[in-house]
Amino acid sequence: MTEGLPVFTLPRRIYYFYRDGFRAMRLGRTLWTLVLIKVFILFAILKVFFFPDLLHTRFATDQQRADHVLEQLQPRHRSDG
Amino acid sequence: MNVIDLAQVDWARAQFALTAMFHWIFVPLTLGLSFLLAFFETLYVRTGNPEWKTLTKFWMRLFAVNFAIGVATGLILEFEFGTNWSNYSWMVGDIFGAPLAVEGIFAFFIEATFFAVMFFGWDRVSKRFHLFSTWMVAVGSNLSALWILVANGWMQYPVGMKFNIDSARFEMQDFWSVLFSPVAIGKFTHTTSSGFLYGALFVIAVSSWFLLKGRHLEMAKKSIMVAAVFGILASVFVAFTGDEAAHTISRVQPMKLAAMEGLYDGESGCALCAIGVLNADKQPGDDAPPYHFAIKAPYVLSILANRDPASFVPGINDLIYGNPEQQVMGVSEKMVRGKSAVAELSRYHAAKKAGDTEMATSAMNAFDLDRDYLGYGYLNRAEDAVPPVGLAFYSFRLMVSLGTFLPILCIAFLVFAWRNTLLGKKWLLRLGVASFFLGIVASQSGWVVAEVGRQPWAIQGLLPVGVATSNLTVGTVQTTFFIFLFLFTTLLVAEVRIMLKQIHIGPEEKRHDRQS
Repeated sequence: MTEGLPVFTLPRRIYYFYRDGFRAMRLGRTLWTLVLIKVFILFAILKVFFFPDLLHTRFATDQQRADHVLEQLQPRHRSDG
Repeated sequence: MNVIDLAQVDWARAQFALTAMFHWIFVPLTLGLSFLLAFFETLYVRTGNPEWKTLTKFWMRLFAVNFAIGVATGLILEFEFGTNWSNYSWMVGDIFGAPLAVEGIFAFFIEATFFAVMFFGWDRVSKRFHLFSTWMVAVGSNLSALWILVANGWMQYPVGMKFNIDSARFEMQDFWSVLFSPVAIGKFTHTTSSGFLYGALFVIAVSSWFLLKGRHLEMAKKSIMVAAVFGILASVFVAFTGDEAAHTISRVQPMKLAAMEGLYDGESGCALCAIGVLNADKQPGDDAPPYHFAIKAPYVLSILANRDPASFVPGINDLIYGNPEQQVMGVSEKMVRGKSAVAELSRYHAAKKAGDTEMATSAMNAFDLDRDYLGYGYLNRAEDAVPPVGLAFYSFRLMVSLGTFLPILCIAFLVFAWRNTLLGKKWLLRLGVASFFLGIVASQSGWVVAEVGRQPWAIQGLLPVGVATSNLTVGTVQTTFFIFLFLFTTLLVAEVRIMLKQIHIGPEEKRHDRQS
């Protein structure tokens, strides 16, 4: 469909390539659905509710984060409980 | 004084291990199968035989399923860094940032771009460009692995950096030292070549199933021929790189090697324990025998470790208590220096808070003398530096045993496929189906050796895992552990069913899948 067109239509050819490719998918749609579900679960649920980046949520500045970590590097004792 | 909750540390370790092992089911298949696709398609382009095209498209479909299943399983590991391992995440951010950024770029631009051409481009681009794209997916996938392995290699052998006493971060001083560290290169070559064998075993397993069912016979035999050759060649590299890795470990992680061998008392002209049963009651420093039973290969461990059959290989006791005669500095001595470093770090920060510049400078200079032993300052007992010996010992033997058996299996497949007598060898075909699962066990065992053998260190010698974790309650970590376990097991079951369905459909029923 796009053969023989001038080179400045390259972006359009790339667009058609992806568009036609995605349209033709069958198994690929299932796989993409799976990927999108997983990515949603990871970022919208797990990351938000269960895996916060502690240093960035608890502290506002790099200095505060550094101070916290330095405090953690103070000598510790073990609790086996 | 801060308190380390060991239960929380252990749950955080268990969660990371579970996540990593889950992730590692899929990654080596991507590494190996991607190159097999490239070989299959090369044969199609070279011969013009459409059977190779049909075959390539079938394996490409399974590659896509595996890729989709594996996608994002590694992201959870990064989430865990920020949540369960926040101290560690902060301290290594400068080191990991560059490799992981490069990995992201490679993954996105190379794989994503050429991935699309590989799947959408059949009959839409030239044969040569499509073949080039398939090769680029293989190269891109394996280069992505490089950067992750560079990061892991740095944990095992921290080089090219300096600890910033003000920010508590390890700052990269020499990117090339990090990239070309012998541990990083060794890990990359050994891991990718084991992934190639893994991919070969997958193809052999599925093809064997087809032969047992009497389906797609020509495709299965062709696939087995190529996969068996690939598997044999990969095995040579696995063995060579594994040997080199052990040699490197002997220099930079001697305690790991000693644990892998169950070696408590070092020897000159040290034998390798080829087959053995450890004495589970054996403790460092006691007189109990290390093995209930052992078959040893004389001098082999000295050759493996030092390339010198007469050389001394230190054991766990030498490494803990020291051996001045063999110039082995013990953990006990390192702990003294480490505790000095920890004390000077505290003194430095107290001085800075108080505005005492002179004391701060004095503390910093004193810290610099012992900075290389910082991690040892957090150990309570010298024996804490010993990793779980049993797990390291048996995992290593499991990996090597399977790593020896599986190439022999590949040779058997190649011979009988060449003779065209595979169909009559039902026992071999059943073994072929099982071979992929044996490959999973071998591959996972290798990582157990690498990561369990590294314990108690998050960063070898500089940061023990107990200090690397976040300040969380054990309940929090347990909750996320079970959430992850439930969620991803559910997804895994669903995803494996898709894979099995595609295998069952096979390569000839194209009406069910217009993408191929």
